[in-house]
Amino acid sequence: MGDARATWFWGAVALLLSSLAIPWFLWGSDAVVAGLPLWLWWHVGWMCLTAIVFYAFTRRAWGVGIEGGVSDG
Amino acid sequence: MADLGLQVGIVVGYLLVALAVGLVAYRLTERSAEDYYLASRTIGTVVLLFTTFATLLSAFTFFGGPNLAFAAGPEWILVMGLMDGVIFGILWYVMGYKQWLIGREHGYVTVGEMLGDRFNSRSLRGLVAAISLFWLLQYVMLQQVGAGRALESLTEGAIPYWAGATLITVFMIGYVVLAGMRGVAWTDTLQGLFMLGLVWVAFAWVVLSAGGPGELTAAMGEANSEFLALGGGLYSPQYMLSMAIAIAFGVAMFPQINQRFFVARSQRVLKRTLALWPVLVILLFVPAFILGAWATGLGVVPNAEGNILPPLLNAYTPTWFAALVVAGAMAAMMSSSDSMLLSGSSYLTRDLYRPFVDPDASDRREDFVARLAVVAFALIALAMSLGTELTLIEIGATAFKGYAQLTPPVLVALYWPGATRAGMLAGIGLSQAFYLLATFTNVVSATYWGWQAGLVGMGIGLILTVGVSLVTTASQDADRSLFEGLNAD
Repeated sequence: MGDARATWFWGAVALLLSSLAIPWFLWGSDAVVAGLPLWLWWHVGWMCLTAIVFYAFTRRAWGVGIEGGVSDG
Repeated sequence: MADLGLQVGIVVGYLLVALAVGLVAYRLTERSAEDYYLASRTIGTVVLLFTTFATLLSAFTFFGGPNLAFAAGPEWILVMGLMDGVIFGILWYVMGYKQWLIGREHGYVTVGEMLGDRFNSRSLRGLVAAISLFWLLQYVMLQQVGAGRALESLTEGAIPYWAGATLITVFMIGYVVLAGMRGVAWTDTLQGLFMLGLVWVAFAWVVLSAGGPGELTAAMGEANSEFLALGGGLYSPQYMLSMAIAIAFGVAMFPQINQRFFVARSQRVLKRTLALWPVLVILLFVPAFILGAWATGLGVVPNAEGNILPPLLNAYTPTWFAALVVAGAMAAMMSSSDSMLLSGSSYLTRDLYRPFVDPDASDRREDFVARLAVVAFALIALAMSLGTELTLIEIGATAFKGYAQLTPPVLVALYWPGATRAGMLAGIGLSQAFYLLATFTNVVSATYWGWQAGLVGMGIGLILTVGVSLVTTASQDADRSLFEGLNAD
């Protein structure tokens, strides 16, 4: 069923967005780029990506997992 | 002295602007509870975003956050981004949109009301309201403490602590009683824009006077090399994740935030707000917190109240600007408190007064009781705050994590038709008991292999809600169809 697949897909996207907002792979790194720690730049970029993904979600998939059919549970 | 006059002038100016907005809102307000609490569900995008934002962030942006970055390093930016930008954004949809649909369909004003109806349980409704009010009281109290202390130091003791806290409480009461949700939302918007502007001007000013971000970061690294590297010191992965997850889940159940889920005019408003959320979080927290972290390399020392941003601004910007920021932070505290008072009063009237005291109250009477409740709630908080020595940050985080205990059972109820009344009562009651014991006593440990009790309690609540629901049967009069088959159009 389309809605169930979409729910899983967007659930995975949500998990991915949450899991890399903090750049764990840069743990302990003290590299500085353009006056700020590299890990901070990653975070800023990731948050911008998150905003874009959220926007795409509202345009294409809003209502997934919430609206519609009465469940049979 | 001139600075003192200017600082007091700015605070008074803000109060007058807020009062004017409140009066306009009052003229537009109908005399009914739904309009008073929810502005008849007509809040638009910008106002919804900023009212949630200003309510949520308040004094923490100017005081707590920078202090923490100063003491422990700038990694708190990451915790904040994950918490408010990502996880809360997801909950905004998962919890917020679902609640918005349910609330619009059945006319709910509080989450307790929604759950009480679903499980046909007055005790559940009362329990959720009582837990929420317990944590809210502490939080309102701490805003009063913060404002009282700030006013005392602003006027160098001319306005003593008790007078400052009382003055601000009286002003808030008058304002909230008068204006309701509409007035609160409008001032929050002004407040949010004001704070955002101030933070960036402060950031630019310090960067320009101190020789650029490269210099500042290098000085910070020399003063404390741990600050430059990701992690270390206070920041373990368990700490960062515990804080980010528990507080984000707590935010979603904070009464004044949760009530925002019911106020949007249309789903378009919720959609636009979602996409703007991470951007706004970055725009506000990166400059505010990095300033606190940079201060370590500049040899700036926190002031008598333990705040780092005011002395930093005093050192690098003109006095009038530093005064403006301090006044802005005070205004922020007041703006948070008025929303909290408003939701506190709605929980009191809708979930405790109406179901337990006077089930047949008319709309007009409930509206009156709601305004009375604001007064009572604010005065109780004031009485408590006059006798406290607690710090703002610790209790703030404690309250957020207290709310977080409610979130997993509520999510289960929203999405799983198999949830039962017994499951909900066990999940909510026992996880809360666990967290209270871990926070206020030594009976229960506060950390588990680095993971905090706040997060562990959420897991306990989830397991109990599902587990007890599985072994009990739903009562005949519970109505799971209330949460199903919902559509926006």
